[in-house]
Amino acid sequence: MHQEQCTTLTVLDNVPFGTVSGESLFFALRIERPEWKNWEPGQFVMLRPEGWALDMMWARPFSICRVSKRDLVLFFQVVGRGTKRLAELKSGDKVVVWGPLGTPFTVEQGTPTLLLAGGIGIAPLVAYAQKHPQPWNLHMEFGHRVPLNCYPFESINERITAASHFERGPEDLAHFLDLVETSVKEYAESNGLVLACGPTPFLKAVQGFAAKYNARCQLSLENRMACGVGACLGCVTKTTDKMTAKGVAAGRAQACEHGPVFWADQIILDEE
Amino acid sequence: MNMNVTLPGSSSLSFKNPILTASGTFGYGVEFAPYGDLSSLGGIVVKGLSLEPRAGNPMPRIAETPCGMLNAVGLQNSGVESFITEKLPKLPTAELPVIANIYACDPAEFGELTAVLTAEEGIAAIEVNISCPNVQEGGILFGQDPKQAARVTEAVKKAAGDKPVIIKLSPNVTDITAIAKAVEGAGADIISCINTLSGMGVDIRSRKPLLANVIGGLSGPAIKPVALRCTHQVCKAVSIPVIGMGGIASAEDVLEFILVGAHAVQVGTANFLRPDFSFRLVKELEILMEEMKITDLEEFRGSLRL
Repeated sequence: MHQEQCTTLTVLDNVPFGTVSGESLFFALRIERPEWKNWEPGQFVMLRPEGWALDMMWARPFSICRVSKRDLVLFFQVVGRGTKRLAELKSGDKVVVWGPLGTPFTVEQGTPTLLLAGGIGIAPLVAYAQKHPQPWNLHMEFGHRVPLNCYPFESINERITAASHFERGPEDLAHFLDLVETSVKEYAESNGLVLACGPTPFLKAVQGFAAKYNARCQLSLENRMACGVGACLGCVTKTTDKMTAKGVAAGRAQACEHGPVFWADQIILDEE
Repeated sequence: MNMNVTLPGSSSLSFKNPILTASGTFGYGVEFAPYGDLSSLGGIVVKGLSLEPRAGNPMPRIAETPCGMLNAVGLQNSGVESFITEKLPKLPTAELPVIANIYACDPAEFGELTAVLTAEEGIAAIEVNISCPNVQEGGILFGQDPKQAARVTEAVKKAAGDKPVIIKLSPNVTDITAIAKAVEGAGADIISCINTLSGMGVDIRSRKPLLANVIGGLSGPAIKPVALRCTHQVCKAVSIPVIGMGGIASAEDVLEFILVGAHAVQVGTANFLRPDFSFRLVKELEILMEEMKITDLEEFRGSLRL
């Protein structure tokens, strides 16, 4: 059942995507492909460079963005001291990687499936579009706050229909959320599937629309975590009485093990 | 080379090597089974168990700090019964000493919890977390008062039958040796030290604490000098065996704790460096002992030149 491994892998390259005020904040980190038997979109890996001393002890979790015969690609945004250091990784550097971890997105071949991505939340949905057996059933709405060339949007557009929405201010956001609400309603009416990944306020909005229209909806969380394997209990989310996963007790579920992908009606999102 | 550890005294506890995993950092063991052979470890101490399931503290409950981390998980667990029926059967208890870490809010509850675990053949020993408030005594921490610590020790010993009882000491005290002597006097078989150091972190931009609970426990290499000092003092103060811990992240660190007198050690936060950390550490310790020509750990133990 378990196929996770912990291995040391070599960085192939670390390519910046676009710039924000002249600074590179988005990177596609390409590393040699781990010897995985299988992986599924929505799953993630824990990554920690071998060169890190003990000052930063935790590995960082990243959704799997792409896997080919030769490489594993992770897409990340510089948001703190860890990702700032990861931006310095160069070809030939060694990284310790464990995975694939967690519960993936549901795949229903013939079902119309709406992908809702907010910012860096696009990463696992790129993998979803890449691996889906019937990509013509997929459509993406992508909201972003920095220029589009910071994201791997073009690669997704080659495989599925996708629309991007640049948010320059609150009015753009309101417009985007209106559009998301309308789409969720449509997919609910045709018994489609809605999958979302992005910032927590965005996920809360999607969760609200899904409840309103009774849509089948999954959300991918990006909670802070230390171990990635279910032990540290740092990444838990509150659960509702609809949570059915085995081993979930006391109304708390680890995002690393029972997520990061959850059914929207099974979790309660807190504002941090 | 002899890496075996036999704990002297009334406890019938022995480990194939001195490396155990610390409570709260290694789940129930099963989470780490894909990354190594559990039975190659000296032993594991499972996540703290309470009589009833506990939801723990609000999020965020962990934060990375220089050379360590803060946590205020609040002992979230699914309760002792669920551990016994769902986790324990999955552990190779015949080859791996599994130590149950327990947490309660009054001595009677500690006794009740101990009785449940004593009935389980697969449990090698019971480790008592006394860094918790005594609800009957206005919330004073058991571990900060010699009398309260002794009362818990007595309650657990009474219910433990012939299972060895380990009392885990908090460093957040004026004189750790006073607590150590009190629990030894109350019948503790073994002492483990140290639990986390009380600490906090803040974010100057959001003006919020890093943990929702505001205060949490600091662990990791940042606390190793404190842990080593406590282990040294406790080893000198008592005659029962001591299991040292706090910031161990290399084979050299393991030997440091043994040098000051610990019989064995527990690895905690370093398990988050990579999930196979403790498995690799066993092999690294073997290499280091060979290099240093240590053939028997018992000879090396407590040989600090003062």
